[in-house]
This record gives sequence, C-alpha cells and structure tokens, in this order.
Amino acid sequence: MNAPSLNRRGLWSILRLDPVLLALLLALMAIGLMVLYSASEQDIGTVWRQLVRIGVGLMAMLVFAQLPPNFLKTWAPWLYGLVVLMLVAVAVIGVGRGAQRWLDLGVIRFQPSEAMKLALPIMIAALLAHRPLPPGWKELLATLALIAVPVALILGQPDLGTSILVALSGLCILFLAGLRWRVIIGMALATVAALPLLWFRLHDYQRNRVLTFLDPERDPLGTGWNIIQSKIAVGSGGLTGKGWTEGSQSHLEFLPEPHTDFIFSVLAEEFGFVGVIAVLALYAAILLRGLFLASRCRGSFGRLLAGSMVFMFFVYLAVNVGMVSGVLPVVGVPLPLVSYGGTSAATLLAGLGLVMGLHSRRRFMA
Amino acid sequence: MIGEATARVRDELSEQRLTAARFRVLVAIVLVTLGLLGWRFGHLQLGAHEQYAARAEENRIRLRALPPNRGLILDRTGRVLAENRPAYRLVVVPERSLGLDDTLERIRALVPISESEEQRFDRQRSRSRRFEPLTIKSNLSEAEVARLAIERHHLPGVEIEPYLQRHYPHGELMAHVVGYVGRMDARDRARLDPDQYRATTHVGKIGVERHFEGVLHGDSGLERVETNAQGRVLRVLERVSPHAGSDLSLTIDLELQRTAIEALQQQAGAVVLLDVATGEVLALVSHPGFDPNLFVHGIAQSDYDQLLRDPQRPLFNRFLSGGYEPGSTIKPFLALAGLEYGLITPETRVFSSGAYRLPGHEREYRDWRREGHGWVDLELALAESVNVYFYELAVELGIDRISRELALFGFGRATGLDLPGEGQGLLPTRSWKRAQFGQPWFPGETVITGIGQGFTVVTPLQLAHATAALAGRGVTATPSLLGPGEPVRMVVHQDWVWDAVFEGMAAVVHGPSGSARAIASRLPARMAGKTGTAQVFGRDADAEDEDERDQAELPEHLRNHALFIGFAPFEAPTIAVAVVVEHGGGGASVAAPVAAAVVARALELGY
Repeated sequence: MNAPSLNRRGLWSILRLDPVLLALLLALMAIGLMVLYSASEQDIGTVWRQLVRIGVGLMAMLVFAQLPPNFLKTWAPWLYGLVVLMLVAVAVIGVGRGAQRWLDLGVIRFQPSEAMKLALPIMIAALLAHRPLPPGWKELLATLALIAVPVALILGQPDLGTSILVALSGLCILFLAGLRWRVIIGMALATVAALPLLWFRLHDYQRNRVLTFLDPERDPLGTGWNIIQSKIAVGSGGLTGKGWTEGSQSHLEFLPEPHTDFIFSVLAEEFGFVGVIAVLALYAAILLRGLFLASRCRGSFGRLLAGSMVFMFFVYLAVNVGMVSGVLPVVGVPLPLVSYGGTSAATLLAGLGLVMGLHSRRRFMA
Repeated sequence: MIGEATARVRDELSEQRLTAARFRVLVAIVLVTLGLLGWRFGHLQLGAHEQYAARAEENRIRLRALPPNRGLILDRTGRVLAENRPAYRLVVVPERSLGLDDTLERIRALVPISESEEQRFDRQRSRSRRFEPLTIKSNLSEAEVARLAIERHHLPGVEIEPYLQRHYPHGELMAHVVGYVGRMDARDRARLDPDQYRATTHVGKIGVERHFEGVLHGDSGLERVETNAQGRVLRVLERVSPHAGSDLSLTIDLELQRTAIEALQQQAGAVVLLDVATGEVLALVSHPGFDPNLFVHGIAQSDYDQLLRDPQRPLFNRFLSGGYEPGSTIKPFLALAGLEYGLITPETRVFSSGAYRLPGHEREYRDWRREGHGWVDLELALAESVNVYFYELAVELGIDRISRELALFGFGRATGLDLPGEGQGLLPTRSWKRAQFGQPWFPGETVITGIGQGFTVVTPLQLAHATAALAGRGVTATPSLLGPGEPVRMVVHQDWVWDAVFEGMAAVVHGPSGSARAIASRLPARMAGKTGTAQVFGRDADAEDEDERDQAELPEHLRNHALFIGFAPFEAPTIAVAVVVEHGGGGASVAAPVAAAVVARALELGY
C-alpha cells in the first residue's frame, strides 16, 4: 500500500540520516559552490577541489552517523586523551608558518585542534550524562578542567578562533545540561572580570586585531583593511547585489581571502541584501532542524552531544558573519559549509552526522 | 529496584524537561542572533548602501594621467634641436618587493646609484603609497638594462620602464637658445596648471624650452582605470589620449650658428644675426655653452661646480643678459642724430689732434690714435672711428638728444625676443642720473657717451636689433625666434641722412683706411659695419687711446671687449649682425672677422 514510502523511510533509517537536514545542507553547499566559483576568479578547479572535499565530508557524516551512543560514551576518554596528546605533539613537533597548528603525517597534514571540536563535546557529554542533571559543582569543575587543557594548548599555537570555538562547544553542553542560571551569570561576570588578564596573555597580533576591530580606521592599510574592505563590499551590494561574478571588491583583490573567511562578503556584494537574507534563512532552517533533531534524541548524552554539535555550527556562522559585517573582530573562522577548505567542512558534517545518528536511534531504545 | 527504576524514570523525565527548556533558550538565541545579523546587513546594504557604493567605486576606479609627448624643436631648415629619445628607468613597487632596503641593496650590486638618486628615492618613498611605483634610477645604460634583465627574477616588484627623455643632439651649440628641461620642482608646480602637469616630470627651465613651455608641452591625457588593491591596472575603462605638444620651428639656422661658434674659436662672446625685414633671428650665440643634456636628468654636483668655476662662465647667457659698453659701435647712431638735427653735414670737417678738451675744462679726452687723424669728415670719422669727431658731436647734441636718438633704436629696453630673462641694458638720461645718484648730469659724461662709454650698457641682442633698425632705414621687426614679425618704423630720418651714415659704415669695411678693412676680402658682397671696443681695465675715458698692441700685452681677463656691428648686402641690406668678443682686445681684429664669417656664410646661403 504505502510500501514505497515505508521503504524510503527505511532507507534513511538504515543510513541513519535525516533527509530534511541533508537536503538543506546540500542546498547550502550548492549555493556555496556557486559563490566560491565567483570568489575564486571563476576557477573551476577550485570548485572541483571543494566538491571533492564536500564528498569526503559527506562520507564523514555518514560514518559518524553510524557510531552508537554507547560506543562513543565508552571511548570518549580515550579519544579525548588521544587528541590532547596530539595537541601536545603539535606544540613539540608541529609544522606551519607563524602558527604551529598542523601535524605532518607524511601523506596528509592533520590539524588536531579540529578533532578536538568533536572529541571535547563527546567527552563532556559522556561525563555529564553519567550523572543526573543538572550538573553539580563537581561536574562543573571537572568539565571546566576538561575544557581548559585543550583550550590552553590551542591558544598556544596560537589560534584564538579555534580555542574560543572549542571552549564554547564545551560550555554549551554545560548550558544544555541545565547548569543553574546564577552559575552561568556568575561565570559570565567572572569572564568579564578576567578579560584584562586575558588581554596580557594575547599575542601582539591578536591584540591588534581587537584594537582594530574597535577602530578599523586605526590601521587602514594593515589589519583594519580587511574589515573596511569587507564592509565596503557588503554595503555596496545594496538590495539586490551586483550580480553573480560581478562583485568588484572581491575580484579586484580588495578583499583578502575572498574564497575562505570573507566569502560571505562576496555573497553579500553579488547577491545583495536579498541574497544575504535568503542564505541566513537557509542557515536558520538548518539550525532549527538540527536543534529539533537534537532535542528529540533519547537520553541526555545524545541530546547534549547533538545540541552542542548544532551549537558549534551556529557559532561558526555567527562569528564568521559577525566578523564579515564588522560587528566582531577578525578571527579566522570559516563560513560553515561555504568557505573553501576541507577540514572545517568535514568537522561540521561529521558533527551533524552525529546529530542525525543520535536522533535516528531514539525509537529503538524507547 | 522499583524505587531505583522510578527514580530513573523521573530523572529521565525531569532531565528531558530541563534540556527541552534549554533547547528553547538556544533556539531563541539562534533566532535573535540571526535576526540581529540580518538587521546589521540591512543597515549596511540598505541604510548605508550609497556611502559604501561610492567607496567601492573609489576603490576600483583610479584616474591616471598620461603625459603628452613634448613637441620637438627644429631649426629653420628642419634640423632637430631637441628631441625625445626612448630611455629606461628602474622602478620598484614597494608592496610587491621584498622590502625596499633589501631591494635597493641588491640593485646597488648591479648598477651604481648616486647620492642624488638615493635622496630622490627617499623623498618619493616618504610620500607615496605602497602600490605606487618609485623611480630608483633614470636613464639606464644598455649594459645596465641587460644586467638588470638577467637578475630580474631575483627582484620582485622591480621593473624596467621605458619612457621618453629629452635630448639635445647639438649640445652646447644651441644650449643658450633652446635651453633645457629639468625635473619639475615646487616652483614649477606653483606656476603650472596642475591638471595638465599631473603626469609630467620635466618642464622647460630656460631658453625656448621655458618660454614656449605651453606650446611644447601639449595636453595631458587621462585614463580611468580599474585597479586592484595593489594598484595594478586590470582594465582601462576610458581613455582620453594625450595631445602631443606642437613642434617648434625656430628661425635659427643651425649652420650659421655653427659658423659663428667656429669663428669665435676659444673666445667667450656673443653673436646675433637678424633678418632685417622680419626680425627673424638667424644665429644667436653665447659662447662658450654647456651640454644641456647634463641638466635633463639632474646634473651632478661635481659637473655643476665645474661649470660654475669655469672663468669663461659657460652658463651665462651673453646675448640675452650680458651688459657691455657699446664703445664705438654707438657712433653711427650719434652721426644720424647729428645729421638729422642739422649739427653736421656729411662734409662737415673736424680736426683731430689726438685729444679733445671741453671749453673751460682742463681734462683731455684722447683719441685712440695718439697723433690724431687730422681733418676728417663724417665718412672718415666713421671709417677710422675718430673719437674727437664724436666728442664734439656729442657735446653739440647734448645728452638729451643723444638719449632720445638712442631710445628710438631700442637701447635701454628689452627687445622683446621670445626668450625669458632678457636684460634691459642701460640708456643714461639726465633724470636717470638724478634718480640713481642724486647728481646732475656733467658735461664730461656727455663727451664719453659720444664714444659709447660711461654709463651706457647694451646687450648684444639690443645692439643687433638697433643695427637691424639702422639697416632698414628705421624699419625692422621685433627680434623673433618663431618666424617673421610685423615690420615697425622705429626711427624717422631723411634718406640722405641714412645714406651719409651708410657710406661711412661701408668705408669701415671697404675704405682704404677703414678699421675693419681686413675683412673685406672675405665677403662675397659689400657690407657696412662699425668696430667698437669696450673697456674692461681702467674705467676711464682715456682708455680708448690704448691701441691693440698694448691690449695684447695685458692679461687676458683685463683686455677690452671687442665689438662689431654690421649689415649686408650694402645696397639692399637683408641681414644685420652684432658681435661681442669678451676680452678680445680690439673690435677690428677680433670681432669683425667673426661677423664677416657669419655674414659671408649667410649671404652664400641666400639670406
């Protein structure tokens, strides 16, 4: 009777993927490839390479969707420990110009801080799910310690953006786990109080970025250049934009890195406010679908982990778009699933794979 | 067991409620954040769109001025006097280089960079933007271009750029007429139209180059170009081509110019040859000259010092701003006045005993021939340059009539030749003396004015112009380097007056006792002339009596200046000449042969 529809639903169940979220993601990535084509000076090679990376990312998503919650919970400490060790290794024998972020494994270069974006939430979710919610003081302190170790290592690379993302993914789980509001407010106030202290821990270039963010015209040819030029690109796009591949700012090389961190400026310039709202709406749909799936996961481990994965996706988006539009300082955070680059796409898709996989298990365990 | 189970179930339910609440907060955070970001984009893209659109346009559109090619300067037969030669300069774009100091260091190993080039580079560097090319060195030699081309891949941001450089093929032959162009300085920028000169680096500094700057320069072009952030031009959106400056054909005949300079040999002096009817300047020499090419790309201090130290003062423009006593060349003009005022006739005879004394004065004004010339009429007085004749004439005329006559011929004021910096000379008058010294005019001063001494100062150009007016029987045109001028009647005298003076001037060259009779054989046609000597040593009226033998024994820099004026052919004068040879001694032996050479060549050429 309605066997075909059952079969279809059955196929998605076997793959443990959510067709709605997947469709939204594919739509976003298609738009991303289109903008990338324009931002890369219409270099079809760049688009192909990105397509291959998306393929790898989708494979990762599929693989991560298959991981059973109990397996994740069991192996969480080992995974966490391994990635921390790799971060230590990076500090000792890592490669990279200026910043030391990569491990050279011969065949590929591997960035352990990316892996930490998955390993830390898994670890914390496992820890918190082990005890009744909301977390007490012991859990809170343990969680903060688990966060502090990788964040300190990543800050040392130095990579301010990633360390903030990693920290936020951990804190997000505490929040979802029901950490009391007064504790949250207390931590927020403590953070504000600690900001001056942090200031002196920053590298010069990091301090410069913050200062420049506060006043871009302070160094219009140096670090302020990016923000100024990006705002010009965005603002000059107007309501409907200059048209695909017609953005003068990006193509005339005023925009730095138009195909990576500043790809949203290209989109805003070429498709205007209409395009921006359309893409933000698509992101909103992805996030809402993701949060919906996460909230319906069975068991606190699934909900916490899936929720933090969606939250990480959201933070990427908010930080990148905020940076591009000049409301946040420039930190090297890509636009999720649109910016050129394989690692972040793989991490994000793997994370969403976890979300889908965790969600897919809810009825069998009920 | 049951309690545990119920506790678990209750836990699970409350935990679900707890996380569900937190998810709702998260959804709110997501929606509010995205809403705020959307609002931010609305502000940038809708509210501030126009402002940012303008800035984007500014970003990519740059106006680039295109320098026009400078007009050529030619002589009257079309020979090139100033041209534009392709040259190469070394430029660096700071942004694309591996550091300016490092780049400069590497370049120094390949080509020598002078101190002045270094300073200029530093000046440019301090005020230019990082994507604007800076010139390191201009006018590269072929060997330097080759060396740099080989090393180019080690020098990112460094380029060899072709450009046109002004070149003066005849060097010092034309230096004082054509002048030269030099790098624009602040004063040039102040006086020139900034729009027209946006892309121009060199402007006329002296001579024709300076005077006809507006004609030679042309109109700047403009390119609206789309550039990237590095300032690299990606696309030309609009182009208004520059209009090359006009070529200038001067009236100068290069061959006559060369003839004059060769005739001057090593002597410092000036030669001016004019077309009587049109005022066209056929030859215009200030000797020695200098190589104007040295100035085009910034003269080295050592070269400049050498030019300044040269006792012959090569940088000094003698024909234009040199001031000399006219000496006896003034005598024909006095004769004209004497005849016109009826004070003398051609037959009037004066006895020269070798000296003249003002009635009631002790002081003697000597003739240049100690023993005197005996009885002389006007013709002989001019031919032998008898001083006593002109002492008496001057006294009878009086300074007022002398001044008036000389003023008619243009003495005491600039001729109006189209070159910058012309001197005015000096025409003494009673009122001038009063204003200058607060003293009355003394009779003795009139006496020496009669032989071109005292206060009178002329430039060689004025002298030539006056001679042309003489040759044209009062009619000639303003001296011009650019073509025929409108003939103007400057002086009105009766025909017989002109005839009488002309006869005397012909006798200077062709008479048996003429002071310049030695040159007669070199001339293809009859010529009228007058020799003169301007004192250098002993500024005193007696000096004229020192003859040329005495002069030869003096150190050169104390010898008198030798002068000669003349026109030819005698029957229908077409050309007028004035020659000054500094420290040449006597006008007859030194200046007259120079004039003869130039006039002979000019007549052969059909002028």
